Amino acid sequence: MLTLIKGGRILDPGKIDGIADIIIKDGIIIEIITKGLPSGKSGKKSAESLKKFKPDNIINASGKIVVPGLIDMHVHLREPGQEYKETIETGTLSAAAGGFTSVCAMPNTIPVNDNRQVTEYILNRAKEVGKVNVYPVAAISMGLKGESLCEYGDLKEAGAVALSDDGKPVTNSLLMRRAMEYAKGFRLPVISHCEVSELSAGGAMNEGTVATKMGLAGIPNEAESIMVERDIALCGLTGAHLHIAHVSTSQSVNAIREAKRKGIPVTAETAPHYFTLTEDAVCGYNTKAKMHPPLRSAFDRDAVREGLADGTIDVIATDHAPHSSLEKDVEFDLAANGIVGLETSVSLGLRLVEEGIISLSGLIEKMSCNPARILCLDRSIKTGNVADITIIDPGVVYTVDSSSFCSLGRNTPFEGWEMKGKAVLTMVAGKVVFDNMVN
Amino acid sequence: MQFERKDILDMESLSAEEITFILDTADQLKEISRRPVKKVPTLRGKTVVLFFYEPSTRTRSSFEIASKRLSADSISISSSSSSMVKGETLLDTARNLEAMNPDVIVIRHYSAGAPHMLARLLKTSIINAGDGMHAHPTQALLDLMTVREKKGSIKGLRIAIMGDISHSRVARSDSIGFIKMGADVVIAGPPTMIPKGIESLGVTVAGNADEAVKGADVIIMLRIQKERQKSFLYPSDREYSKVFGLNPERLKKADKKVLIMHPGPINRGVEISSEVADGPYSIILDQVTNGVSVRMALLFIVAGGVRNVDVD
Repeated sequence: MLTLIKGGRILDPGKIDGIADIIIKDGIIIEIITKGLPSGKSGKKSAESLKKFKPDNIINASGKIVVPGLIDMHVHLREPGQEYKETIETGTLSAAAGGFTSVCAMPNTIPVNDNRQVTEYILNRAKEVGKVNVYPVAAISMGLKGESLCEYGDLKEAGAVALSDDGKPVTNSLLMRRAMEYAKGFRLPVISHCEVSELSAGGAMNEGTVATKMGLAGIPNEAESIMVERDIALCGLTGAHLHIAHVSTSQSVNAIREAKRKGIPVTAETAPHYFTLTEDAVCGYNTKAKMHPPLRSAFDRDAVREGLADGTIDVIATDHAPHSSLEKDVEFDLAANGIVGLETSVSLGLRLVEEGIISLSGLIEKMSCNPARILCLDRSIKTGNVADITIIDPGVVYTVDSSSFCSLGRNTPFEGWEMKGKAVLTMVAGKVVFDNMVN
Repeated sequence: MQFERKDILDMESLSAEEITFILDTADQLKEISRRPVKKVPTLRGKTVVLFFYEPSTRTRSSFEIASKRLSADSISISSSSSSMVKGETLLDTARNLEAMNPDVIVIRHYSAGAPHMLARLLKTSIINAGDGMHAHPTQALLDLMTVREKKGSIKGLRIAIMGDISHSRVARSDSIGFIKMGADVVIAGPPTMIPKGIESLGVTVAGNADEAVKGADVIIMLRIQKERQKSFLYPSDREYSKVFGLNPERLKKADKKVLIMHPGPINRGVEISSEVADGPYSIILDQVTNGVSVRMALLFIVAGGVRNVDVD
């Protein structure tokens, strides 16, 4: 099976940026043929050589941007245990529709992914019904309880790519230290959900004027940043790879920037909602803007953007957290935290590009190259690599309509937003898993 | 004026004109409660559901009496006796109630915004009888009525609100209401109980209790809840009473014709001494009396009485 992706702008940051054709055979990139003026070195063949191929499938990508498959490091697929919210099938379908070729599945399933059996179950289900690559993240502690370590060696062998107690902080500093030390031996990054529970207890949104006016208990920025600083200190102590999840505050951005300056091996992610929205989105008791950490002030949002711009924040991950109306059509205090993100992420990222906060190449780095580097994957567009490819149409204008989501979750604060640009084709190992190309 | 509002949710959404209209209506209706036969047929055939997810004596009985004096049929549901204990959601319970065609649902709920959610989704009029730490508009209206009655006007008065501002829906609604009607509001309390950004309501934060009381025309004391000690908000009742309690000594700093108010229930000897609570400046029980009139006015207004029937 030969596939030709024709005439698109191939953008693999730091490697290629130019008009080229890609020839894929049996899921592997076998040729990259440049047409325009190549800025990279890969396009060495002439257009002549195209003639020796007779593709079975031609994808006309002219006017589109062809990028290495996007990777979302932070996704809740909800299976096993909460299949009414999302399944591995619908979650990966949603990923494909959002342009992602790979997702990391967070371990707060029921049962928790703290053992080989659950990791294998997730991988097997992904093999059976998954549309995109699923990389399980295993728990740091058994049952996410923060009391004892999971069997990282066995989990890694089963296919876990990272460790996290996401959704809960690791309160015990000794356990976190040991987790980092022990994980380092297996080259597993430790993804930290940073929160001082005592400071956030009872809180329903960001602490500040909006919360005060709405009569909601607030969560101060420091509930996040104090833990970010502790984990950075432990990272310095252990030399393990620490990855800070869902950064939402200016203090956290500053702490990570400072740590990187000192050479501490920390990486960080933020989610599209933290660089797009502020606490004002909660007004009217909108449970679709309730999440943890909460949406912060405009000052924090700007700090997060600055962190993205200067490289302090390496990754954009969605923290895709599907919930049903059972958890969201309730009193604000009682509503579950989290929003879906897979199908709006690229468009929100492109807004940052449009606003000049980051370059297009910077966006692709944060949505593909950097997650790949952190997870020790290689998804770059080069001959011999597996063809995980996303095609983005930067010009298409549409309105967000949650009823058309592939995800079972409809909990988005971006309902009705006018967007420009989105992923229009997603290819995993040479196979088209999502196609919304209009030529 | 034509009052078109379907719901009474908070003081923020009411205009000064609407507030005046409600207070004027309450003033007119007050006389009914002094009659030997305390009942008018105004809301005959109307159904009022009192839906209380939180314990309440004052507000609930006040609404119940208000309904009865206007001849509305009222039923009262509390969370412990409702299907909520069977796990039914608020929305489902409310939709079921609505299916029985009530005219007004009065709701008190521990979650801020719960009445707003119902107002958005139901056709029935909703009156907020207190939602979480957010709003208690009927309390604010009865406080306004009482102060206006005693002082003639609200404009230019200095209102001191003291206590646990963070957790108080009364503090929020009173602040918004009094400021909207032209008063100056100064708040005071332990710094642990002053929420971030409270100045955005237009209030001034006093450095201590004496500073707040100084020259005050009205002092509204808030109830301090003993559970708050658990989250380290204050060390002890003894300390609280000494630093933020209202006693005769502290009261000397206020205006000579000061009015002392409290939404109740009071903790005698903690936030307010018995001498002050029972003293000549206290209008705490007048508040309760006016509560019935204000709630009659609100039921009358939202249940369509304004358009249909005369007061008498």
